[in-house]
Amino acid sequence: MIEFRNVVFSIRDHVILLNVSFRVTRGQTRVILGPSGSGKSTILRLLMGLWEPDSGSILVNGEDITQASPERMRDIRRLMGIVFQQGALFDSMTVGENVGYTMLEDKHPEDEIEEAVERYLTMVGLSPDLKDRMPDELSGGMQRRVAIARALAARNPGVLLYDEPTTGLDPQSAERITDLILHLRDTMGKTSIMVTHDIADAFKVGNRITVLDRGVVVFEGTPEELNCAEDPFIEEFLEPFRKSMAAAKSREECGPNAGRSATGPPMPQPGGNP
Amino acid sequence: MEALAAVGNRLRRVLEVVQDVTLFCASVLRSAFFPPYYKHEIVEQIFFSMIGSLFIVMFSALVAGQALAIQLARELAKQGAKSELGHFMVISSVRALGPVLTGIVVASRMSAGITAELGTMRSSNQIDALVAFGTDPMKRLVAPRMIGLWIALPVLTILGDTLSVVGGGFIGLGYHVTLQSYYNGVARYLTPANLLVGMIKPVFFAILITTVACWKGLTAEGGAKGVGVATTESVVISSVGILVTDFICTKLIFRVLGW
Repeated sequence: MIEFRNVVFSIRDHVILLNVSFRVTRGQTRVILGPSGSGKSTILRLLMGLWEPDSGSILVNGEDITQASPERMRDIRRLMGIVFQQGALFDSMTVGENVGYTMLEDKHPEDEIEEAVERYLTMVGLSPDLKDRMPDELSGGMQRRVAIARALAARNPGVLLYDEPTTGLDPQSAERITDLILHLRDTMGKTSIMVTHDIADAFKVGNRITVLDRGVVVFEGTPEELNCAEDPFIEEFLEPFRKSMAAAKSREECGPNAGRSATGPPMPQPGGNP
Repeated sequence: MEALAAVGNRLRRVLEVVQDVTLFCASVLRSAFFPPYYKHEIVEQIFFSMIGSLFIVMFSALVAGQALAIQLARELAKQGAKSELGHFMVISSVRALGPVLTGIVVASRMSAGITAELGTMRSSNQIDALVAFGTDPMKRLVAPRMIGLWIALPVLTILGDTLSVVGGGFIGLGYHVTLQSYYNGVARYLTPANLLVGMIKPVFFAILITTVACWKGLTAEGGAKGVGVATTESVVISSVGILVTDFICTKLIFRVLGW
């Protein structure tokens, strides 16, 4: 279980988080939602012990990590796997070395590492043949998948942290990544925290959602409760999403000829023939 | 009053930076002296700093040694002391010019490379990823660079000194200094103490280059532009720092060791 209790964090007198509190129970997927600059990614950095809060406590399985020694913090980090924004793959290593990084560090036998690398690459929907490629030879979507495989391979963590896993990807790649996160949630039962500003992703993936506005929690609840929230900030924040949903709905009501262009052949429909 | 406050703030920031760099340097030394070691990274860094800098160091040493020999030979010829060319070349190359020249050449190349690499890793979250996956960046990234330079810099200095002195001998031929006479001068003054003076300095230069380059890289902020600024500052600070370190080392060696 993970719990933030009244966490305050600032950088050079600029308050990033103010009295942030929430709890993530075992098997739950908590989405931290909010506009850019609201302090979402800071939460993950604090949780990984990369930064220290000014005050408040962060509990992992009941242990306050703000009081943990650097050695103890290294052990606590082993409980978690993180997928950074843009992947943050080690660009001097191959895909295989990235995925098997923690196993290499822990000095596992070579054949065991190779088998695990292939298994995790397959699990995230990539061909094991990619293991000898360098990260910059892969597309953005593939890099994120490798980053997820690396997080999973990191000592089989009980908690997965995703920092804007779909940012900067085209809609198809973003959807594949979201589906992969859902698949991992449903099949492996991992506890997850996903930071995103993508409202559709938040509704799709989250059991519980926390909304941040300029470092302050303005909402905490289920996706359904968020949809019905009457807070003016939430209303404004959700408006573009609701408009796109309404547009999608009206698109569904367009009828069978909706995909037919004015001059050309009919447009392809998802999952079906033109 | 405002100007005074601004000066005070500036001074405080400078002192904070000095404190940070000192603590960082202590941490670098601790990482380099105590296990665990990343052997593969150490070998890679020795290769990168030694083989990568070999040609440029040899070329610079040869050219600088010959330029120095021309100056010395002319002056010594005027004083009727041409036979002392070997002696003066050893003292100026092995004790003074050689280590500084090699240090500056390696600093320009290595500090730029190290700062740019670590700065890019920081801005793309790779450093955070290392920490998140349980790796100490000081152990994996910084200590191997320090150890690599500790080994590479003295070796490069010896090679540079050798080429510089040998090049001086050929210049001496043009001033009617025979190779035998030149060799005698070199052999007489190439004492263990003189050699050791030339070997002590690179050890401190390596600490300086690694500390400045890694600190600048690991604290680089502001994306590509920030990494560019940090790289430039790293090269400037390392190069000037080598001159200052050389002065301090020379002074201390004279005072403390009497060499």
